[in-house]
Order: sequence, then structure tokens, then C-alpha cells
Amino acid sequence: MSRLSEVFARCKSEKRAALVGYLTAGDPNVDTSKELLLTLAKQVDILEIGMPFSDPMADGPVIQAASERALASGTHIADVFELAHIVRKTNPDIGIVLMGYANTPFVLGFDIFSKQAVAAGVDAVLLVDIPPEEGYLCDPIFKQYGLDRILLLSPTSTDERIKLASKHASGFIYYVSLNGITGANIGEMSAIKQKVANIRVHTDLPVCVGFGVKTPQQASEVAEFSDGVVVGSHFVGQIPAHATQNEAMVSSINDAAQAMKTAMQT
Amino acid sequence: MTTDFTYDLNITHAPDAGGHFEANGTLFGGRFAAETLMQPLQEIEQAFIEAWDDPEFQAERLDLLKNYVGRATPLYHAKHLTAEVGGAQIYLKREDLNHTGAHKINNTIGQALLARRMGKKKVIAETGAGQHGVATATVAAMFNMQCDIYMGREDIRRQAPNVFRMKLLGANVVPVDSGTATLKDAVNEALRVWVANCEDTYYIFGTAAGPHPFPLMVRQFHTVIGQEARAQCLEQAGRLPDVAVACVGGGSNAIGLLHPLQDDDIRLVAVEAAGHGLESGQHAAALAKGKPGIIHGSLSYLLEDEEGQVQGTHSISAGLDYPGVGPELAAMMSKGRLELDSATDNDALEAFQALTKAEGIIPALESSHALAAGMRIAANMKSDEIVLINLSGRGDKDLNTVMDKLGFQDDTQGTCT
Repeated sequence: MSRLSEVFARCKSEKRAALVGYLTAGDPNVDTSKELLLTLAKQVDILEIGMPFSDPMADGPVIQAASERALASGTHIADVFELAHIVRKTNPDIGIVLMGYANTPFVLGFDIFSKQAVAAGVDAVLLVDIPPEEGYLCDPIFKQYGLDRILLLSPTSTDERIKLASKHASGFIYYVSLNGITGANIGEMSAIKQKVANIRVHTDLPVCVGFGVKTPQQASEVAEFSDGVVVGSHFVGQIPAHATQNEAMVSSINDAAQAMKTAMQT
Repeated sequence: MTTDFTYDLNITHAPDAGGHFEANGTLFGGRFAAETLMQPLQEIEQAFIEAWDDPEFQAERLDLLKNYVGRATPLYHAKHLTAEVGGAQIYLKREDLNHTGAHKINNTIGQALLARRMGKKKVIAETGAGQHGVATATVAAMFNMQCDIYMGREDIRRQAPNVFRMKLLGANVVPVDSGTATLKDAVNEALRVWVANCEDTYYIFGTAAGPHPFPLMVRQFHTVIGQEARAQCLEQAGRLPDVAVACVGGGSNAIGLLHPLQDDDIRLVAVEAAGHGLESGQHAAALAKGKPGIIHGSLSYLLEDEEGQVQGTHSISAGLDYPGVGPELAAMMSKGRLELDSATDNDALEAFQALTKAEGIIPALESSHALAAGMRIAANMKSDEIVLINLSGRGDKDLNTVMDKLGFQDDTQGTCT
């Protein structure tokens, strides 16, 4: 059983949804990012580590700024793997997902990328701009290395596309709750619930919901009908809010995650 | 040339069903888009295929191209420039004479008709030099559609006259401050806005790049350039050109000119912006100096560092200041069907002045790159040979930049030499 399957099985046995937390690696710099990732890792079931990219087309202003801070402070792909590795050493049971854009692994080479990801203890990869149709580039290699391939579905996904994604995805399905970019306002809850039910008709994979979950209340509502709740911009937003005060940054991310977790358990 | 030109509407050299242009085992192009955009892109593809085969759509498009845009544009034998260069005969395809002053409107007419056919009320577009923005704002005004143009803050500064034109035409010009505040960032922002509004909004992509079907569709709307030029050259010179030259930013005017010529025995030359020099690191020569990469929805050549971060570019011409290039040109280069050349900022400025003085035609700085390379190529050829250069746009929009570079003082007592 893959580590992600174990995570979801564990959450299921505890009758709760998984908390999936995102931070961009190297934001605001590699040293601080290490502290922040280690802090968030203690609160979440799955940690998504963003690979900073110069042109984050699917991200809103909050995560764009995170990429810019990470790159400006000199974060390289080697740092991303190193950060994942550091998190893994003290967190053997959480899921670790690398999230980013196609060009990062494409330029590095999918083979080298996968080898280093596995060595760092990464379980899965989510590449926003590689839909199933272009999976020829990465699917066989990820499979060979035992990396799960997380695919997105959205409100615009037709039944046909849901079937296609279900066929090619592993680990879990990431349902983007709105037509938009990360950090926008969450869509109508009843519509999200209905779409998640629709997705479940076509797949047995766990379905996590993200893009726009900002409050513990929203996390709690989404947790009722999904297998996992993804929180990104809300955590990332704590970083510029506390500028250079590292301690405040760490405690605010810890508190924000704690609040989400508590809300999802009740 | 008669005014009623008969265009070949067959689609040749089509990509595969996924929009891939194969070359030496690499699948250029494709649809590297976020899931939210996949269905909207499929809908555009379907609508385009149906529209292209619909005689009514084509009749309306071709009528607008003739009576609104002013096609066919002339092919002009630049005898004075030819005499100055002293080599092959230079022919200019006068895309600068299109309504709005550049080739861009060939595409915006087509896509606006498609948007209307799809029932979209609003169009958005990115722009660099402002030519695509103006061409989009123009058709939006004509079709009475709401229009937002995304433009990098740096480009807004460089292209003030075009910003004013877009506003006069009723478009909303949205400044983009992210990244390098130029064309690539304007594309990112337009994509973000489109993702959130794809229900009622159509994204008029401005170059033959981006996710499938844009590279195919934009090419098809621009092949009028090459089809006309081919026939006009046969009519005027009694033969085909030996060399065809076009500047390349994203590559829309280049693919429009060169695509219909690729099955002929003609050298096809793509001229990229060498900025301060190809070795300076400050240029926009994606084909010459880039590597394969994935940006803005397609796999093509890209100026990027060793970890795939997209690099900043430089060109005197905002329209060429883009780190990527259309996938079909990348495939043509990879197959050896496209020759690469480049022109620096200074080369372009010299060519700009040379054409203005020799022929009384003020070219766009983008087109001046093609001119610079085309003149250099012509100089080494015989006088019974022909070099065809795509004059993709007129230079009025660039006068501020050129005045600044040439140190022209606005002094009515003084003279400009």
C-alpha cells in the first residue's frame, strides 16, 4: 500500500478528512522555509511542497508572491528536494507531494527529477499544467519510480474528463473547487458537494478539495463530503503578514493549521 | 492584383489531434493547460473546426478582410532599397497597410467572429507592443463586445500611443506588474483571468503559440499573408522568391508568411531579436539561444535557465520581447526547414531609417528586424534573385522610442539628420 493510501486509510479509520497543507519551498528563504515546513508537517496529514516557478500561471497573487520571494532569495530545485528530505526524516508517516509546473521537471529531466524526489522521500507529484493528455511525458517514469501522479479536476470537467483523469491519476484526485486561481473565494458549497459526488461515481480514489478554503468553517464543511481539504494561500499568506518576524510566522502558521484541524474533527 | 483574391482554405501540415507538431521525436505544441481550461479549449477547438468548414463563416471573414482590413495587401518591389543594397531584388509584403497598421488584425477578425459564434459577450487579450491589443480593441468595438487588454507596465510605458488608441476604442487596459511586467506576464495574467471567467469570456490569443488550438488557429487566420505574397510574386516577377524573411517574437507574422511557402523551393528565414547581441544575454532569441521548455500551454523553445526558470528578455521592440516562440516554428527549425537569423537593436534602428529614407515607408521596429536581416541576405545574392520580406507593421507607434534612441530634439529650429 502506498503511503498516501495509508494516510487516507488512517484518516478514514479516525472518521475524519485529511488536512492537506501547502507552502512554497524556499519562501521566504530556505532556512525559514525549513522551520515553516517542519511546523506545518506536524499538523497536516499531507504536506504539499510548492516548487517555485517564474511564471505560476494558475496561482493567485498570494502564491505568485511566494514563488517570487523564494526565487529572489536564491531557492534552487536542489533546495526543494533537500527541504522535502528534512521534513521526511522527522515525519515518516505523512504524505509529501511536490506541486508545481511542468517546466521544472521537464528541464531537469523527468527521470532525474523522479529519482531525486524518491530519494527525498516524496510520495507524489502534482503538475498543474500537465493534464492527462500530455501525461506521456511523465506517467511512465513516475510509475517506474513509484511516484503517485495527482491530477486535478475542476467545475468545467465533463464526465468524459473525469473518467480520463480517474484512469491516469493515482494517490488522490484534487478537485479545484472553483473556476479560477489559487486563493480566490470558494465556490457555492452545494455545487462543490454535488461535483465531488459526481467524481466518486467514476473513481475509487480519495477526492481532496482545494483552491479557496480559507476559514476553519469552510474546512469543516468541505471535510463532510470529501476525503481531504487542501489549504494553501491561507497558510502562505501568514508569511508576508509577519515579514521578518520568524517566530510570529511559525506560530501563526501553526495556529492556522491547528484551527483548521480542530474544525475538521468536530 | 485584383481585389478579389481566392484563398486556399484547405488546412495543410496540420498538427496531430492533440495539437502536436512532431519533429525528430519531440512533440512540440500540445495543450499544457490547467484542468479548468481544458474543456474551454476543447470547445474553442470544436467551434474553430466547425467554423472553418462553414462557408458562411468564411464568407463573412473574407468580406471583412477585404472591405474592413483592406486585403489583399500589396506586394511592393522596393527598387530604391534594392539599388542601395545592391544584390537581390527586395519585395515587401505590406502588412503595415492593413487597418490598424499591422498583420495582427487578420487573427483578431477571425477569433472575434469565432467568439461571437460561441455566444461570448466579452473578449480579453494580452499585448506586448500594443498591436495585438489595438487589433483586438478594434474588432471588439466593431462587434460591440466588452474588451479588457492585459499589458505589462513596462510595455505601457514604451507604447503610450497604442495604449491611448486602445482606450479610445473603448477597451479597458489593465496594467500587469507581476514578474518582468512585459508580454509574458501579460499572458500569465490573461490566462488567470480567463480561468475564472471562461463561461462568458473568450481569450483572443495574439500569436501562434499557447495551448492547442491557438497555434493552429492563429496560423490559419494569418496564412492569407503567405498565400497572397506567393501569388503576387508570381504575377509581378513571374517567379517565386528565393528567400522569404520574417521577424519572430511569438511568430504569428512569420508562420503566416512562411507556412504557405514551405512546400516550395524557397529558403525560409526567421529573424529573432538579438537585442544588445546574441552573446550579451540581453536578447529575445528563443530559437537560437533557448532550449525546449513548456510555457503558456505549449512545448517549444524557451529562454530559460538550467532549472527551467524563464529568463528576462530584451529587445528594442516590445513585440519581439518574449521568451518563447510558437511550436510550429520550433518544429520547422528542428526539421531543418527554417533558417535562423537575428538582428540587434542597432541593426533594427538602421534598417528602420534605411527603409524610411529609401522608400518613404516607416516600418515597425519589429519588422525592422526582418528588414535588417533581409537586406543583409540580399546583399550577398544576385540581382536576378528575389528576397521577400514581411513588413509586418508600420512604425508610427515606435516614433517615441526611435526619437529617444536617435537623440532627436523636438526643436522646430533644428534639423534631424
